[in-house]
Formats: sequence, structure tokens, C-alpha cells
Amino acid sequence: MQQLGMGQAVKQALQEEMIRDPKVFVAGEGVGVSIHDNPMLPTAGLLKEFGPRRVKDTPVSEAAIAGLAVGAAVSGLRPVVEIMFNPFFTLASDMIVNHAAKLRYLSGGKSTFPLVVRIKSGAGFGAGCQHSHNLEAWVAHCPGLKVVMPSTPADAKGLLKSAVRDDNPIIFIEDMMLYFVPGPVPEEEYLTPIGKADIKRTGTHVTVVTWSKMLGVALRAAEQLALEGIALEVLDLRTLVPLDKETLLSSIRKTGRLIVLHEATRTGGFAGEICAVVTEEAFSSLKAPFRRVTGADIPVPVSPPLERFYIPSEESLIRAVKEIL
Amino acid sequence: MQVSKEKKLEMLRSMLLTRRFEESLTELCGTEGKIPGMMILCTGQEAVGSGACAALSPEDIIIPNHRSHSHLLAKGADPGTLMAEVYGKRTGCNKGKSGTLHLAVPEVNALCTTTVVGGGLPISVGVAFAQKYKMENRATVCFFGDGAADEGSFHEALNLASLWDLPVVFVCENNMYAGAQRMEEHTKVKDIADRAAAYAMPGEVVDGNDAVAIYKAVLKARERAIAGQGPTLIECKTYRCRGHGEIDHQLYQPKDEIAAWKERCPIPRLSSEMLSQGLITDEDLRKLEVEANALVEEAVRFAEHSPYPEPEEALEDVFVS
Repeated sequence: MQQLGMGQAVKQALQEEMIRDPKVFVAGEGVGVSIHDNPMLPTAGLLKEFGPRRVKDTPVSEAAIAGLAVGAAVSGLRPVVEIMFNPFFTLASDMIVNHAAKLRYLSGGKSTFPLVVRIKSGAGFGAGCQHSHNLEAWVAHCPGLKVVMPSTPADAKGLLKSAVRDDNPIIFIEDMMLYFVPGPVPEEEYLTPIGKADIKRTGTHVTVVTWSKMLGVALRAAEQLALEGIALEVLDLRTLVPLDKETLLSSIRKTGRLIVLHEATRTGGFAGEICAVVTEEAFSSLKAPFRRVTGADIPVPVSPPLERFYIPSEESLIRAVKEIL
Repeated sequence: MQVSKEKKLEMLRSMLLTRRFEESLTELCGTEGKIPGMMILCTGQEAVGSGACAALSPEDIIIPNHRSHSHLLAKGADPGTLMAEVYGKRTGCNKGKSGTLHLAVPEVNALCTTTVVGGGLPISVGVAFAQKYKMENRATVCFFGDGAADEGSFHEALNLASLWDLPVVFVCENNMYAGAQRMEEHTKVKDIADRAAAYAMPGEVVDGNDAVAIYKAVLKARERAIAGQGPTLIECKTYRCRGHGEIDHQLYQPKDEIAAWKERCPIPRLSSEMLSQGLITDEDLRKLEVEANALVEEAVRFAEHSPYPEPEEALEDVFVS
């Protein structure tokens, strides 16, 4: 099986969907000619392959990029636009929150907005809080948007292909550190369904619900805890909206213990939603209080020890597991 | 350029229809509980929608703003389903989800209306991009007010539309007020059309109460757009004869100013021109008025007799399932 980083897997998904459907086009800042000459990045080489009609470098204009997606989608195209860093989402947010998410509803279901906004996210590269700020909980709070956050290259490819074919606006959040972590990706064509969580490791003692880059932290912690006879079940949510309650609740009914692990900051984070759903719908199965292991409530700092302090670690997860066992 | 009698009749008809439609809304708003939410009217500004839409083909797309009644009716939207939507009825064009403010009528290529000031501008760029991408022979008209020209989205949209030579016509319906602010209180420029120069596109000031002049300007801009020569900014200078919304008592608008602009009403302006040119008779004009009144009467009757949606219908249409 081919070994790809998540960026390369995303690129394969884009290539396949662009070949399959001439209505698909890609736009954003540096999606054609980039200051980063790196083949591991998701849009590297796309301009050469598909030409400037379908790979559109835009000005530094996030509102226009998102508006381009909204207008092109309602006109029957299938735009895949890129927001270079998650904090820049705020500059596009009127188009996404007030328009992409709401215009179908406002039309009484007459208009559709089949668009994908790919957002590059995550801390860990020392760029500071205006380039690193995970805002998935913001978008998950807006009815009308689906929110996808893949953790592995294989999932990223299959989920992005599904996203491009979906008739709804999809916020597709990629952690940039995962671009450089190779993983197996099937050679043959496949789709990964949006709205289905995936148990990445089965266990009996504690369910760790996580997504995106934190999957690696959870799996490494699980390895260490296995040595002590503690079996973590690692549930990769993959999609925040729609939430796969069935997989979530059945795991909780099995283990009786819940930890939610995400890189985003704690207050108002999506862990709160998971804990609320589990408490409302599976309270009687819980053998212990839930725990949240999250980024601290601070802007992401630059200095390496400070940034490391911000990002949840195996140690912090293991500590939480032991607190509730 | 000669404008045909048929075109002039089309504009006169749609102005009369919009005026009567809104007069009835003014009356209905006086009845407690009849019309939900805000009521934003374009009374006195009808020439903008009527003149611009008369220059378009049915396949051309419009993106209206919150003051949309003239845009939509001139584009051919059905007054009955529009009125039912304003009432919040299930038979409304958007099943009661939109009300008067966000009317979407894709059947006449009014794909979406946004109430976010300036929100339609980037969307119109996307719509025009799709037209160019699909190599269609049609254009997009984006309607917005003078206040929208202060938004960042105005800059981003005009810059990108110009850069990519997109087939979009930006029609600024400058009614001299953004909320309670007179134009000189919210911008230093005298003509918003001057801003076109910043994006290397043509900018033109047009008398916003002269439907024929607006028709001519939009027709020219549309031809330019379809020829692949890019966007145009047209500023139609008109006047907001009513408040921002119907709750607004217009205390900040001088009474003599309102009165003077009412004298310049776009409807008698066109009808008297047509009468003096011998294109219509007084009898014809009376018939046109009767026609418009009958259409609106029927629209109100339809809305009145339509059911409200069931409460649970609120859950529908969030996602495509």
C-alpha cells in the first residue's frame, strides 16, 4: 500500500475528484504558486496538472474566497477553497457562518451550496496564536455546516472525496503537522462516509474520544497504558457535525468511562458537547466522572517550551486516565 | 440609444407593481401580528430594480439586498408567493423561512438575497465566476446600498471581479442614507462610482429615479460583461422616501428633503414621458394601474388564505439529506 502524508492524500483526493467531475475547482491563497515549494503540501503541482482555469490563486482576500465558494456553489459548481490558517477563518466567517450555512435554509430548501472549505490548522510549528488557533467548536455551533477533521491520511482522502460529492457546505479542517506523518493509503478508489466515527483501537477500560492530530497522542498513550494492563478504547470522531452518537454511546456503554481529548482550548470546546451528550444519553452507564484533556485556555505561544505546554500530551492523557480508573 | 415602447412599458409595469405591493405592505404593517419581523421598503427607489432588470435576460442572475422588492418583482418573481413569504406562510416562496428580508426566488434567477450589508458582493463574484467558468453567455447583477460600499467585502469583491474580468454589474442603489447616517456622515467621497477607478473598472453615476437611464447604463455594462471585458460599477442616485424600516420615524431626514424627492418620483417621471411621447394614453395608464392593483389584491388574498407552516417544519431544509 502507498505511504502518504495527509497533504499528499488530500491532493490525491482533489486530483481524483477534479478528473471525475469538471464542476470541481480549487481556489485560495497560494494553491497554485506557493511560497512553500514542498511536495508534501496538499495543492503542490495541481496548477501544472489542471491549469489556471481550475486552480485559482486568489488575492489575500478571505471574504472573497469564501464568497466565491458560496456564489459558485449556488450556481452549480463544486468549489473547494482553502483558508491558509485556521485563525484567518475569522476573515471569511461572514460568508461561511451567515451565508454558506444559512442560505439554503432561507431559501426553503430551494438552493444548494455544495462547497468545501479546507482549513489548515493546528499548533506545533512555532507560528503563534494568529496562525495556530483551532476553531472547530465555532463552526460546529453553526447549524447548516458539516465539520470534518481527519486524523489519518487514508481518512483524509476518503472523507475529502465524500465532502466534494456532498451537497452541503463542509468545513474540512486539516492539521498541518499531519502533512508530514506518512501513513498507508489504499491504492484503489474509496469513499469514507461523513458522520461516521471510527474506533482506532479497541479497549475495555476507558473510551478516549478524539480527532485530528490528537489521535496520535491517544494511540501512543494507549500503548504505554497497555503495558500496565489498562486498555483504552480510542474513538476517532472524524466528523464533529453530524455527530456519530451511535458509535460514541455504544463505546461508553462498554467502557463506562469517558475522556475527550482535543488540541483546541478548553472553555467552550467541543469536548463539552461530547460530555453533555454522553451525560444526557448514557448517564447510567458511566462508572466515573468524565475528563477533558485539552489545550490550555491561552493563545498559542511561540517559544518551544511554551507551545509544548499548550498542546495536550501523552502524559496529561495518562494522568487523566488514572484519575478516573 | 432608442428605448422601445415595450421596454418602457415593462419598466412602468414593474414599478407600478412594486409600488402597489409595498403600499399594501404599509397598510398591512399597521395591523398587529399580520406581518412578522422587520419591513424594509424601497418606495421611491423602484426605478433601480425596474431599470436594471429590464436590461437583463431571464437567464441573467441577480443578487438583491435587504431592500429587494423592486429587484425581485422586476425580475419576474410571482407576487403571490412573494406576499405569502412576507406573511410567513407555508406557501411562500421560501416556506416561511425567509420572510420579507432574505427572499430567494431561484425560478427567476434571483438565487439568494442577503441582509448582511455588503454580503451579496462576494457572492455575486462567485456567481459570475461560475458563469465564466461554464462559458455561459449571461451576467450577474449585484444590488447593494451606499452603506455596503463602506464594507470590506465591497473592496474584496470588486478587486477580485476586476482581476478575473468576471461578468458582473455592481449596481449601487444609493438612497443617500445608511441607517440614520447621511452619506456625508459615513464617507468622504461624493460619488461611490469614483471608487471604480481603484479597481480599474468603469464607474458611472446615473439618476436613480430615471428608469430609462438605469436601463441604458446596465444594458451597456451587461454587454461589456458578456464580452469578457469585466465588471462595471453603476451608482444610481436615488432617495429613501421611507425610513430604514417601517419602525423608523425618519426624525433625522429633513421634511422638505423628503418632500422634494417625492416630487421626483420615478413612476410619474416615466409615465409622463411616455404620455408626452404618445406611447401611452391616460386610459392606458389607468389600465396599467388597475392591473397592478389587481395583481397585488390577488397576492394578498392568496397570502391571507394560505396556512402557516407546522412548527416542526422549522427543522426542515437545514441540510440536503
